[in-house]
Amino acid sequence: MNCLGCRSAKIDSLRETVDAIYRNESRRILATLIRLLRDFDLAEEAMQDAFASALEAWSNTGVPANPRAWLISTGRFKAIDAIRRKVRFNAALAILADRLDADAESAVAHLDESVPDDTLRLVFTCCHPALSPEARVALTLREVCGLTTEEVAHAFLSPPSTVAQRIVRAKTKIRDAQIPYQVPSPADLPERLDMVLQVIYLVFNEGYSASSGSSLTRAELSGEAIRLGRLLFELLPEPEVAGLLALMLLQESRRLARTSPSGDLVLLDDQDRTLWNRDQIAEGQTLVQRAIASRRIGPYAIQAAIAAVHSEAVHGDVTDWAQIVVLFDLLLGMDPSPVVELNRAVAVAMRDGPEAGVLLVKAILDRGDLEGYHRAHSVLAELNRRAGHIGQAKVSYVRALELAKQEPERRFIEARIADLR
Amino acid sequence: MKYMLLIYGDEALLSDSVREKCYEESTELVHDLAAKGQFLATAPLQPTATATTVRVRDGKRLVTDGPFAETHEQFGGYFLVDVRDLDEAIAIAERIPGSHRGSVEIRPVVELPGLPER
Repeated sequence: MNCLGCRSAKIDSLRETVDAIYRNESRRILATLIRLLRDFDLAEEAMQDAFASALEAWSNTGVPANPRAWLISTGRFKAIDAIRRKVRFNAALAILADRLDADAESAVAHLDESVPDDTLRLVFTCCHPALSPEARVALTLREVCGLTTEEVAHAFLSPPSTVAQRIVRAKTKIRDAQIPYQVPSPADLPERLDMVLQVIYLVFNEGYSASSGSSLTRAELSGEAIRLGRLLFELLPEPEVAGLLALMLLQESRRLARTSPSGDLVLLDDQDRTLWNRDQIAEGQTLVQRAIASRRIGPYAIQAAIAAVHSEAVHGDVTDWAQIVVLFDLLLGMDPSPVVELNRAVAVAMRDGPEAGVLLVKAILDRGDLEGYHRAHSVLAELNRRAGHIGQAKVSYVRALELAKQEPERRFIEARIADLR
Repeated sequence: MKYMLLIYGDEALLSDSVREKCYEESTELVHDLAAKGQFLATAPLQPTATATTVRVRDGKRLVTDGPFAETHEQFGGYFLVDVRDLDEAIAIAERIPGSHRGSVEIRPVVELPGLPER
């Protein structure tokens, strides 16, 4: 091998190292640079510059002992340089550059301690209630998860230009309205944490059951939500964070079983439980126990506990429905909603028989709360069928079909109607 | 007698040059008023894209993105505060009684240089 070949092999292996650091560390580096530079775009640019110069610098000196610290301080210098270059046009920027230079000195010295906090700051800023809900989701996926604008757009079936505009507008608001880059005060933490959990669960659900279109599941998006949940739990091990992570893992564990090879929806009762992911179930169950043991149990932990009861049953027939009804009662006490009532009605029907469920679901529908929700009519239809009221079952299935938008759900209802004859 | 003079207009129609001219003319006006002892405070606001609305209902704070939009409620007063960031402004908005019945819109203020000292 000649010397030239040696060098190119060395550069290839260095490039792989840099790529690996980018994959594992770029979001954390970005989070710290945003704090040091107080500007999302400036930080993004600085990070890209730092990675670009790493390849050249490290081919001479070798990979530094702490590559993350090297990249952060290089990024910071690049950004300050860039500001200084523009300085002669703008006096305010000169002051900014000096200030950044001065107060970042001490910050760089304590980099490794502050990195987890910076990631948490980034999460809370991206999920700030003063941003629109769509912007929170887009910004979190873009900045915390590192998805490209095109990937975010694809996942939410929106035009990339719309998503790009949403992200730009959110960053402008963060800057001009001075949304702080900080973990909220203890007084605000419960409310703000709730916002973060909502964003994560929304991302998960978008990947688990798309709101429209032909694809029922988009595994990558759910995987991203679980990754976010893990990251948050590592940084902030609150019971509700454990609860949400457990809930997502336990739902995700059924992914393979919940659609048939032809893409049709398979109900929990009819799923092949040998297809459930045992590792995800075990992890979810451990997290549920942890959340319950904290004695500060919230709605996510209870929903996870319900999913955990299902996961313990090797077959639908041996499900502990009495336990599930108790958990639904707890959930209703904490977070009353007609959808939760509907789910509780199903559990009561499983415990006490279909007639009991029919009465409960009819009462909910009579109030008008879920009249436009196809699942409420599907549930009533199924309970009526089990109770032997075939005529009433058909009326409700037809109403459900009128309301259902997703293709697999429509096929499912059509098949049920055909089975009634 | 003190009066609050409220400025309404279509921000989409305001070009950079028109805005600059508006700032200059306003600064001139302020110097004139200050000389007569009639001036209290003024400031242009950042565009509505930076707005945040705070309401308190049943003791629970609701923070939303965007300007206040209910047409059946009318502008009824103001606080001008000097705080570190939006979170501090939201915490104050929550304590303003108006946020419990109506809404408080938070808008960052543009600080114009060259206004008279008070």
